[in-house]
Formats: sequence, structure tokens, C-alpha cells
Amino acid sequence: MSIQKDTAEPSYLDHKGKYKGIFAWIFSTDHKRIALLYLFSIFSFFAIGATLGLLMKFELIAPGKTIMGPEAYNAFFTLHGIIMIFAVVIPGLPAVFGNFLLPIMIGAKDVAFPRLNLMSWYLYVIGVSLVVISQFAGQGPPDTGWTFYAPYSFRTAGNMLPAVFGAFVLGFSSILTGLNFLVTIHRMRAPGMTWLKMPLFPWTLYATGWVQLLATPIIGITLLMIVAERTLHIGFFDPTLGGDPILYQHLFWTYSHPAVYIMILPAMGAISEIITTFSHKTIFGYKFMVASVLAIAFVGYFVWGHHMFTSGMSGTALYTFSLLTFLVAIPSAVKVFNWISTMHKGSIDLQTPFYWAMAFIFVFMVGGFSGLILGSLAANVHLHNTHFVVAHFHFIVFGGTGFAFFGAAHYWFPKITGKMYDSRWANIGLILFFVGFITLYGPMFLLGINGMPRRYYDYDEVFHAGNIISTMGSWVLYSGLAIIIINLFSSLKSGTKALSDPWGGKTLEWTIPSPPPVENFDEIPVITKGPYEYK
Amino acid sequence: MSTSIETHRDDLASKTGMWLFLFTEMLLFGGLFVVYSVYRYRNATAFHLAAHELSVFIGTINTIILLISSSTIAMSITAIQKKNKKLALLLLGLTILLGLAFLVNKYFEWGEHIREHIYPGSSVLALRGQGDVLFYGLYFFMTGLHALHIIIGLVFIGFVTRLIIMNKINSGNFVLLENSGLYWHLVDLIWIFLFPLFYLIT
Repeated sequence: MSIQKDTAEPSYLDHKGKYKGIFAWIFSTDHKRIALLYLFSIFSFFAIGATLGLLMKFELIAPGKTIMGPEAYNAFFTLHGIIMIFAVVIPGLPAVFGNFLLPIMIGAKDVAFPRLNLMSWYLYVIGVSLVVISQFAGQGPPDTGWTFYAPYSFRTAGNMLPAVFGAFVLGFSSILTGLNFLVTIHRMRAPGMTWLKMPLFPWTLYATGWVQLLATPIIGITLLMIVAERTLHIGFFDPTLGGDPILYQHLFWTYSHPAVYIMILPAMGAISEIITTFSHKTIFGYKFMVASVLAIAFVGYFVWGHHMFTSGMSGTALYTFSLLTFLVAIPSAVKVFNWISTMHKGSIDLQTPFYWAMAFIFVFMVGGFSGLILGSLAANVHLHNTHFVVAHFHFIVFGGTGFAFFGAAHYWFPKITGKMYDSRWANIGLILFFVGFITLYGPMFLLGINGMPRRYYDYDEVFHAGNIISTMGSWVLYSGLAIIIINLFSSLKSGTKALSDPWGGKTLEWTIPSPPPVENFDEIPVITKGPYEYK
Repeated sequence: MSTSIETHRDDLASKTGMWLFLFTEMLLFGGLFVVYSVYRYRNATAFHLAAHELSVFIGTINTIILLISSSTIAMSITAIQKKNKKLALLLLGLTILLGLAFLVNKYFEWGEHIREHIYPGSSVLALRGQGDVLFYGLYFFMTGLHALHIIIGLVFIGFVTRLIIMNKINSGNFVLLENSGLYWHLVDLIWIFLFPLFYLIT
């Protein structure tokens, strides 16, 4: 099945190791196989999370109870949030495409700690299993939302312990992945690949690694405090014992806002790769792209307070957090400008991944601008906890990370599988997905401005029209999603064989066969020029 | 699967990885230090009085124990570098004993509090007011989490000792010993912060 007959090395998919069958995968320390393990597990949980979302939207098609009551709805949005945030978008791009491509793009044979890499995947599976168990064991599913806000999170009868501990374990998995990538980038770049000759996707993974490493322990300890609060009745956040629930919110967002950058930075990296490849032109302002990635990661630590503008903070704190929030927009805008400038006078090849990148820029800008509205103090008081917020973060998290994920999936599909996908069906899927996405989340902005709160299974009659449109959008989105997935899977069988460089890319992954051999490179390449030199 | 991938060793990478892991450990406790500062600021008097009830004597002994254990593990690294396996094993054994001594002291200290019905969730403690509840809640949680780190450190050191006996760790390959030394120093360092916060600042 090896595509390139001239190479003696079998591809990583055909390689015969010590183990057989499924064990050749779940005991594999090959970064490429681990990436696919992540891909399949993340995809399974994404399917669960998306189905929960679909059902929630169906509940909201009309006021009053349609298919579920308030308790079920609370449990649904809690599980939807935990799965989508902790098990899908946070590990998404780094664990799948980062794992597969980081070593290849920097000219290494594997990550620095292959066994630790496999352990991260096991921790990931254990963490998600605990979250899933929390739904069925004990006195009913968790109903706090994914934020586990105190004091409700230790007073509710819902089965919080496995969910909270599961999130803790997922955090640990994320830390170890970040640590692994950081050491890999520091120690294993190919000879001649100086920092400023490194492609942008590894750069974003580098910044992400630091955020994973330095922010995740904060939520780790906070979740442990919730566990201690529930089991040992230590009053960290319980006002009746002297604790302060607001302090919980601070600690929670100290992690959970940087976590947004764990989701979006690798997405930006993947988009940068796609745009430069399909424009056949050097990325515009490479150094500014690197600087803006680092700036986003750095400033991202100091904006968590904007989640709590209505929770009670001093005026000074409010202004400071609002100002810092606006500052993050600057490096993000630099990236958008540079993407557009990269296309300028490029010879653009209109392929599916490029369409995904265009769609990404659009939804990311809508999400970003609505974020500025939320970051201004006066508007925030009006919009806090409305559907406007739901629309905003779905545009960023699902729109940003999700679009980049599917773009990356199409871009690197030939490299990973050795097959080409059917681009007609891929484009149809993308159009449905995009139209569904805008129809689903667009009306939520208006609903939120008009005052429809989030997290209720019921709403006032005046919001009916917007919700009907939104729910119909969810069906279109879901069918687009189904087409995309089915197309990729069927292309595994029926797709034509992929060349080693089907798009004319210049980064190292396009210099080796598709699918790559077990050891990636016969000889470690020596790097003499920048990553995107097209002339 | 990994069989065909040539095994390569990069000690600097392992140590870099360990240092990065120590950063996360510091931030793990950093979250607790933030919580401590906030509640100390709000309940200054109660924290002041409650701190007087802790035994500075046992705390000091434990500090000395940990400091000595840090130096013994550091010396064992030098011993391995100088190919003195026997001395290295002796020093590691001493480190383990000192770690256990710390835990024994901690057991007596906690036991004393629990006998006086001072533990999280006890009704006696609840009667003494919110400041005391918070102080002892933090005390048990933070020293408990630290003790857990001591136990993990001891397991690491025990594992490393076994590898030295098996000659897997030797003068040419001792990065695992160095890494457990780094971890042990961190555990020591955290105690250096916990000790004044709970016992000395009054």
C-alpha cells in the first residue's frame, strides 16, 4: 500500500511492530499513531457534544417544554460544555495535528518524550470517562454548567465529584502534552532551523505549550479545592464558612480565559500554513506573526476579569481588565491583516482548505468584534449572561477553532492518509456547514441584545422567531457536518493516491512521502532557508 | 511500535522537561498561596491567633529534616558522578529515612489537632468562627497536599535507588537521579514557604 515505491521504509500505517491489531495502536509511542488515537477519540466525543447541542436547539424551537424539562436541559448544557471545552477544543488542534505534524515540521523523528505522549492520551481517555460516568452514577447528572461555579457546585445534589475530578485529569493530560511540545521544540529542531526559520504552526504550538503549562495548574488546584469542599467540608468558597465564591470565579477564569488561547492559537497557526500554501507566496510579516502569537499568549493571562464584570470588582479593576481586553485585539488584528496581505498578489489556488481559511477569517472577525462589545463595561452589563455571549464564544471557539480544525483536516488529509478527498463533496459540506453556522448563531446576537438569557430551557414568546431560525440553522449545520465527515471517511477507501506534495507546500512535511514513513525522515534535513520561500 | 525507532538519549531534554514540570507544581501551590493571602488579609486577627496554636518546635524540626534531606540527595548525585555507588545508596537511604521522619512528625502534629477536634468539618472548629475555619482548612489542605508530594517524592527516590542497585543508573547515566533530586528540592522549597506562612508569621 506504500505510495512511493522508491522508498524502502514502510509507512507508519503499514509498519509491523511488536503488537498486533488494536494493540499496535494503543501501545504505540509513534507520534503519528497517537495523533490518530486522539483524532478518533476527540471525534467520538465531538459527536456526542454536537448531538447534545442539536437536542438543546430542538428544545428551544418553541417556548415551554418541547422535548425536555429544566433538569434535563441543565444537565445537557453542562455535559455539552464540559465535553466540548475540556475534551474537544482544548486538546483538538494541538493533540491531533500538533502531535502528527510538529515533529515533522521541525525535522525530528518523534516528540521528546514518546512514552509520556502516550500517557497523555491515556489520561485524556480516563478524564473523559470520569466525566461520562458522572452522568450515570450517583444522584443524577451535574447541573452546574461547565464552569462549576461555587457555591452551587458543592451544594447541588448532582454527581459533581467524577465530573470535577475528570476535568482535573484532563488538565493534567493537557499539561503533559504542552510540556512535551515545549521540550521537543527546544531540543529537537533540525540542524540549521533557528527560531526564526521555524514554520508558524510550530510557533503557535510553542506559545500554546506555555499557556498549557502555566495556566492549567491553576484550574487543577481550584478543582481540587472544589473536591475538598464537597468531601471534607473545607470552606474555601462557601460563604457560610467564611469563604468567598467570587474568589472561585477569579481562580477559575485565571485558567479558563488563557484556555481560550490554547484553543485559538494553534488554529491561527494552521490557518497561516493554509493561506501561505494556497497563495503560493511567503507569509506576509513573518516576524510580526511570531510576535503577535507570543503577545496574544502573554496578554491573554491578564484579561480573565472580563468574565466577571457584573460579579463585583473595584472600579480600577474593571477599567484595567477592560483595557487589557481591548489590547488583545491588536495582535489578533495584526494576524488578520497579515493573512489578507499574504493573499495579495499571490497566485491563489482555490481548494477546500483555502475556503475553510476564508470562512475562518470571517467568523473569527465576527467573534472578535462581538468580543470587543462584551469587553466594554457598559455594554457588558446589558449583555452579560444573554444569548449574545453564547453567540460570541461559539463564533470564536466553534467558528475559530472548529473551522480551523476542519481546514487543517482537509489540508493535511493527503499527508496523514495518503489519499485525496473528494473536493466536490467537501465543498458542498463546507457550504452547508457555513450557512448552518451563521443561521444557528447569527440570530443569537439579536436575541441576546433583546434580552434573552442563556441557560434556560424556556423563553418568552417575543423571542420565538429568532429561535426558530436558529434551530433550523442547527439542522443545516449538522447535515453539513455529516457530509464532511462521511466524505473524509469514504475518501479513505475511494480517494486517489496522494503525492508527497499535492498542494505545492514548502514546509518540511511536504518533502516526505504521504503517508510518512515510521521514522519520518531517512536523513534529518539541514535547514538553510526560511519556511515559506517560494521563489 | 517503537521498536524500530532508534533509542536516543538527551539528558538536557529530560532535565528541561523536569524544570517545566516544576513550574506547573509551583503554580499549583501558587493558586493556594493566592487563596491564603486573600483570607489572611480578611481575617488578620484570627489567622494571627490561630498560628500561635501550631507547634513551632515540630515545624522547625521538620524544616531542618527537609533541608538536610535535600543536601543528602544532592550529595548522592555527586557520589554517583564519582562512581561511588555505595555512598550514593547510603545517602539516598538517608534521604528516604528523613522523608519518612517528616511524615511521622506530621502524623503526630495532625493527630494532636484532631484529638482537640480541630479539623475541617468539625463542630468544635465551626464554633470558633470563620477565620479559624479558614486557617485550619488551608492548613490541612496545603500541608496535606505537600505531604502527598513528599510521598510521591519518596516513591520516586525508592524507584531510583532500585535502578542504582540494578546498575541502570550509573556515573554515565544519572539523569533520573538528578530529576528526582530536582523534584525533592521543589518539595523542600514549598515547605520553606509553608512553614513561615503557617507557623512563624503571627
